[in-house]
Amino acid sequence: MRDTSSVSNENQARSGPGFNRRDFLKGSSVAVAATAIATGAEDSIAQDKKAANVVAAKPAPVKLNINGKTQTVTVEPRVTLIDVLRNDLNLTGAKEVCTTTNCGSCTVIIDGKPVYSCARTAVECQGKKITTVEGLGDGKNVDEVVKCFVKHDATQCGFCTPGFVVATRAFLNTKPNASLDEMRKGLGGNICRCGTYDGVAHAALECAAGKKGGK
Amino acid sequence: MAERKFSWPARSETTLIGKDIPRIDGVAKASGQAKYTADINTKGTLFAVLLTCPYAAAKVKSIDLEPARKMPGVKSVFPFKKEKDEIRWEGDLVAAVAAERTEQAEDAVKAIVVEYEQLPFFVDEADVKRAAFADRTKGAGGAKKGDVEAALKTAAVVHRGHYGIATISHMCLEPHGSHCGWKDDDLEAHLSTQNVSGTPGQFAEPLGIDAANVTVVSDYEGGGFGSKFAVGEWGVACAKMAKEAGRPVRLMLDRATELKIAGTRPSGYADVTVAADADGTVVAWDSLHWGTAGIGGGGVAVGQMPYPFDFPNRSTAQIGISCNTGPNQAWRAPPHPQLCAMTQTALDDLAAKLNMDSYDFFKKNLQFTQFGKAEVYAAEMEIAAKAIDWKKKWHPRGEGEKGAVKRGLGMALHTWGGGAGACTCSVKVHPDGSVETFLGSQDIGTGTRTIIAITLAETFGLAVEDIKVNLGSSKYSRSDGSGGSITVGGVSGAHRRAAQTALWQIFDKVAEKHKIESADALVARGGKILNGKKEVCTWKQACSLLGVKPLEVQGEGPKKDGLTSERVGGVQMVDLSVDTETGLVRIHKFVAVQDCGLILDELTARSQVLGALIMGISYSLSEERIMDNKTGRYINADLENYKLPRIGDVGELVAIMYQPDSEYDKGVVGLGEPPVISPGAAISNAVANACGVRVPILPLTPKRVLDALKGGKA
Repeated sequence: MRDTSSVSNENQARSGPGFNRRDFLKGSSVAVAATAIATGAEDSIAQDKKAANVVAAKPAPVKLNINGKTQTVTVEPRVTLIDVLRNDLNLTGAKEVCTTTNCGSCTVIIDGKPVYSCARTAVECQGKKITTVEGLGDGKNVDEVVKCFVKHDATQCGFCTPGFVVATRAFLNTKPNASLDEMRKGLGGNICRCGTYDGVAHAALECAAGKKGGK
Repeated sequence: MAERKFSWPARSETTLIGKDIPRIDGVAKASGQAKYTADINTKGTLFAVLLTCPYAAAKVKSIDLEPARKMPGVKSVFPFKKEKDEIRWEGDLVAAVAAERTEQAEDAVKAIVVEYEQLPFFVDEADVKRAAFADRTKGAGGAKKGDVEAALKTAAVVHRGHYGIATISHMCLEPHGSHCGWKDDDLEAHLSTQNVSGTPGQFAEPLGIDAANVTVVSDYEGGGFGSKFAVGEWGVACAKMAKEAGRPVRLMLDRATELKIAGTRPSGYADVTVAADADGTVVAWDSLHWGTAGIGGGGVAVGQMPYPFDFPNRSTAQIGISCNTGPNQAWRAPPHPQLCAMTQTALDDLAAKLNMDSYDFFKKNLQFTQFGKAEVYAAEMEIAAKAIDWKKKWHPRGEGEKGAVKRGLGMALHTWGGGAGACTCSVKVHPDGSVETFLGSQDIGTGTRTIIAITLAETFGLAVEDIKVNLGSSKYSRSDGSGGSITVGGVSGAHRRAAQTALWQIFDKVAEKHKIESADALVARGGKILNGKKEVCTWKQACSLLGVKPLEVQGEGPKKDGLTSERVGGVQMVDLSVDTETGLVRIHKFVAVQDCGLILDELTARSQVLGALIMGISYSLSEERIMDNKTGRYINADLENYKLPRIGDVGELVAIMYQPDSEYDKGVVGLGEPPVISPGAAISNAVANACGVRVPILPLTPKRVLDALKGGKA
């Protein structure tokens, strides 16, 4: 399961022109609790107006340990890890899909745990060890998970695939002998639209079997 | 010399065709190296954010963009709407801001001041009476054959029922959008599209430049499903902002806007009357349909109802409802999934009324299926029934388990054309033996790159890794957009023709050099040129005979030379459980038997079928657009409340490719659309078989299941 404990309010944030995560993170003066579904157009417009009055904190250097390398970016404290990875550091393997911590396309590994990188500000990731899909494998060879995904055709359009690969790697690191059923629970934090689940499950299972010295 | 004719190799002699070949861009995708439009970050790229309208219908009273222009980091502000413009659906674009950083653009969007005058709206697409009262209905055609009334009078059994299928959004994980950059008067647009060759003109015209000055690039595309053929007003805006700012701009729709305006599949609702003789032979069909495709009304085109049957007496009529909802776009196999769901559920109810096993009933009525597929359907039904153990597991409707969780079986069948699309490719064989091809097609996740590599490698006797496939640029030769399952036939036919033409020229040079009497005796296999079983030379040595310049051959298609064909069919059967206390439906096993002519890559072919089953489970059980009648808003336009299945929700999936020699001999036919057609009817029929009650409207959410159970027998 994903560790999203520190951002429980964010789980309910909506994307688009209404209330969103950046507003929430912009300052404590936004004391608006977003509801799961705002049925009234007026409610969310009122939220917009309130949010527009918030002044953002100034950009400051943020030092991040990504894939074993220290990188420094100068960003506002509200800037999310996914935006820094993709827009500042050009590490675009993690995809921005839902922005509401639902789909797992932006999954990275932080201190050994799979985390939605849209659910973290960059500043709170300082001093932590961040691994993105680009950091898997040993530099010469791609990760075994990638190989199994290709073999079992666990990709179609491929937009969700890096997120699934990272989630699978993180899951297998903690549960190397996982069964098919455990895999289906463990990878339940990611969404695919093309319908690659069958390939993903079999790819993950082969990786697990490989660890056991089975197949 | 014998006449040289284009053909596929004999089935027994293929080395790659029909095998499980992993896709050649699999590592790039899975390792995050593949660059999608949303990933393009060229130096100086600005990030754009959209302002959309929160009302379903409104007039812009005033709009003030100036405050946004003054915000930090803002380089361009673009108005989609001006004073007095009317807005007819929620989420319609009002303005866009491009700034140094996304958060700056978001701040600036919020500084834009818009005053609206709200106007009356209507979004209730399921209620035809309310729609008529609101003056939102319009006749949208129909068809008649035979004498329905007379047939109903003499029929042994008549069934009347209501059926429907809700609107869904395409929900492309990579939203619609582009990254636009200018070099003097030339525009380079990375575009998330399934229509690379067809989009330069869509940029050029509104920008007032020549199409020759536009290059559209799409190396990878994160899902389209029929919705990504157009540049869209947001694409043009992106190019305009890039011009104004003198910097590249990336504009991708945000998730909510993607769902609201970038594509939906029309809803369809119907009142059906269907009748049969005592032996189960259908004698009459009558249906009145309604639904919406957005503000224009329309809805599901019912010209092919009842689907895919041509009963002797039939009558259909359609009412379009104009709703203040986002535009409709083609969705995988339009509009077959809805037609199938509204036909084969009603037929299955008729079977239940006749106390017939659904299998026997469908088999009896195969005689009425169109396009001469009855025999293939019969064979596919037999295979599917065996795989799901139909005979042993089937029980009369509602007469299964006594407990709260009830198990049931259901089936449906479908057809699709899928003939080859237009394609021109340039295949180059270099004197060092390397091979590449150029074409303005695209790989939207179906494996287009891979089947091209298989076609060339098979022809030249090489490995797929030896082939370099260059696609995804409008500067390459023209190919059709990828929609309607026409790509695989289009690109494979053109490449086989080009490759055979090139190979014959190479064989002629080899025969001349090695003094072989007939070049026709030569074959290319395993990186070698063989004369019978004897090696004449290696592929590289053969290519060195080309001299210093590469051999370049253009391949074209489609042609009527037997390499490609059209018209496929498929049968699907599902075994599931319904929890009658919670309303939850759980898939145990879902079997698809599908024919599609000659299969180039069985691995990616199976993936198309498996993916279609999952998309089918999604629209059958959980996903739908929910419009709020009070506010006119799309209230679940996000990935939390728009419910897609997850990896644990899909059960055991079985894809069986039906491929006797007759299919191989038919040539290549597309596969993307057909397997996504049957799931709605198959799943709905299995739910009815399990719990004894028809749940009339898809998706079969727990609430709808419980409501139907409360209502008793349908």
